[in-house]
Amino acid sequence: MKQEIIIAGFGGQGVLSMGKILAYSGLMEGKEVSWMPSYGPEQRGGTANVTVILSDDRISSPVLNEYDIAIILNQPSMDKFEDKVKKGGIIIYDGYGIHTPVKRTDVKVYRVDAMDAATEMKNEKAFNMLILGGLLKIVPMVKLENVLLGLKKSLPERHHKLIPMNEAAIKKGMEIITPMQIG
Amino acid sequence: MAEEVKLMKGNEAIAHAAIRYGVDGYFGYPITPQSEILETLMAEMPWEKTGMVVLQAESEVAAINMVYGGAGTGKRVMTSSSSPGVSLKQEGISYLAGAELPCLVVNVMRGGPGLGTIQPSQADYFQTVKGGGHGDYRLITLAPSSVQEMADFVGLGFELAFKYSNPAIILADGIIGQMMEKVVLPPFHPRRTEEEIIAECPWAARGKTAGRKPNVITSLELDPAKMEENNIRFQAKYRKIEENEVRYEEFQCEDAEYLLIAFGSSARICQKVVENARAKGIKLGLLRPITLWPFPKKVIAAYADKVKGMLSVELNAGQMVEDVRLAVNGKVKVEHFGRLGGIVFTPDEVLEALKKNFEL
Repeated sequence: MKQEIIIAGFGGQGVLSMGKILAYSGLMEGKEVSWMPSYGPEQRGGTANVTVILSDDRISSPVLNEYDIAIILNQPSMDKFEDKVKKGGIIIYDGYGIHTPVKRTDVKVYRVDAMDAATEMKNEKAFNMLILGGLLKIVPMVKLENVLLGLKKSLPERHHKLIPMNEAAIKKGMEIITPMQIG
Repeated sequence: MAEEVKLMKGNEAIAHAAIRYGVDGYFGYPITPQSEILETLMAEMPWEKTGMVVLQAESEVAAINMVYGGAGTGKRVMTSSSSPGVSLKQEGISYLAGAELPCLVVNVMRGGPGLGTIQPSQADYFQTVKGGGHGDYRLITLAPSSVQEMADFVGLGFELAFKYSNPAIILADGIIGQMMEKVVLPPFHPRRTEEEIIAECPWAARGKTAGRKPNVITSLELDPAKMEENNIRFQAKYRKIEENEVRYEEFQCEDAEYLLIAFGSSARICQKVVENARAKGIKLGLLRPITLWPFPKKVIAAYADKVKGMLSVELNAGQMVEDVRLAVNGKVKVEHFGRLGGIVFTPDEVLEALKKNFEL
């Protein structure tokens, strides 16, 4: 099994840290993992993306032509990565950031209204965990218990008190992800 | 007990490996994309655990000259930077080579020339393996292509540097520095004691010692006849390194009709190119030089008799390709493919370049 994933959005949305938690979860699951950030002169409000690969076998290139899954959190990222999803692949997007719907008809499309849910939870920082929950509902590539272990590994100890909130956000994300186009 | 598998960036792996290898001193100055080396060392505070000195110097020039001073006393000392910063260090590196001192330099390359960009590049190949600084000298050059090798090459670099009394360099790039992968850190070695250093480095300047002549650390020799002797000694050492220390990795080369030659992050991308090409029926292999100097010219020359063509794939305008062509000596067509200034090629672009160059 190999999952090649791009997560792309605005700087400040938690794109890199979501990728990191996914990578740590894969590590906890005993998989091979790679996490390759775009590390340009990025800033809050600029674009940021990260390529995460989880695999049962040795990972060759951390740089990819196309992706199994694209998690798209703003319009510029949709414009950039929509065409780079494999045929039959998956696009997951946040309804708040996307104005132009997915044009491709050969991919599966899901929507997570994570921004709305985060606002409802009165916790904007839950945003990326809501998205992660949605992803794990559609493609359960790592077990929730390993995600929680991954969170523990990737968060500094002083933030471990936030893990229950993150768990709640992941579970909420699993509930609210909605299929828009399947098969 | 088996060592724990960790997930970290290549830059972080270098910092942790340096502490664990028993390095005595790190002197650096921050620059993207390698600042995590200095940051990690500062966060780990090894001076409290092993006594290792970690110092942010006032400049790259100061840092390499601190390395020069530390190396002259037989200590395991290192510095790291990225391309523009490594250019600043070249005078010091030449002095270290001329004084025959062991040390480790790390260059996490970014796009140039000049201040350039902060994105990954491999355009410092010439600078690293052909000179960089002035004079007839060579740097033992290790090119890691994984986070694991970033950690492993700290120890290997110091081992070779001390074995041959010569500077060694880890030539990485922004991809390997910034990406996170699994890594098993090397086991913990205590720093050498003063007695161990004196035993290992009888040449070191350790203060006036009764019963021996003063040890002088210098690259200066105004008598040209003596300076030629020094150079002849350096060259003999370089031939020995070329004889003994060539390292490379072969990936699906046995039945290959075409060969990619690539190092560092490019070699990782090229592994995927090999997989994709073979899925399309093209018998492609990858030869990855691990030491860029000494260059694995013998094995490349041997493949020149077996394959129909070679493509040197580099994040530059064509640098290593010159060494591949020298090794092949006209026996087979050798072409180059690269992207410039911080742009990274995708596996598809490399495969297209292969097809175009060799009409596949």
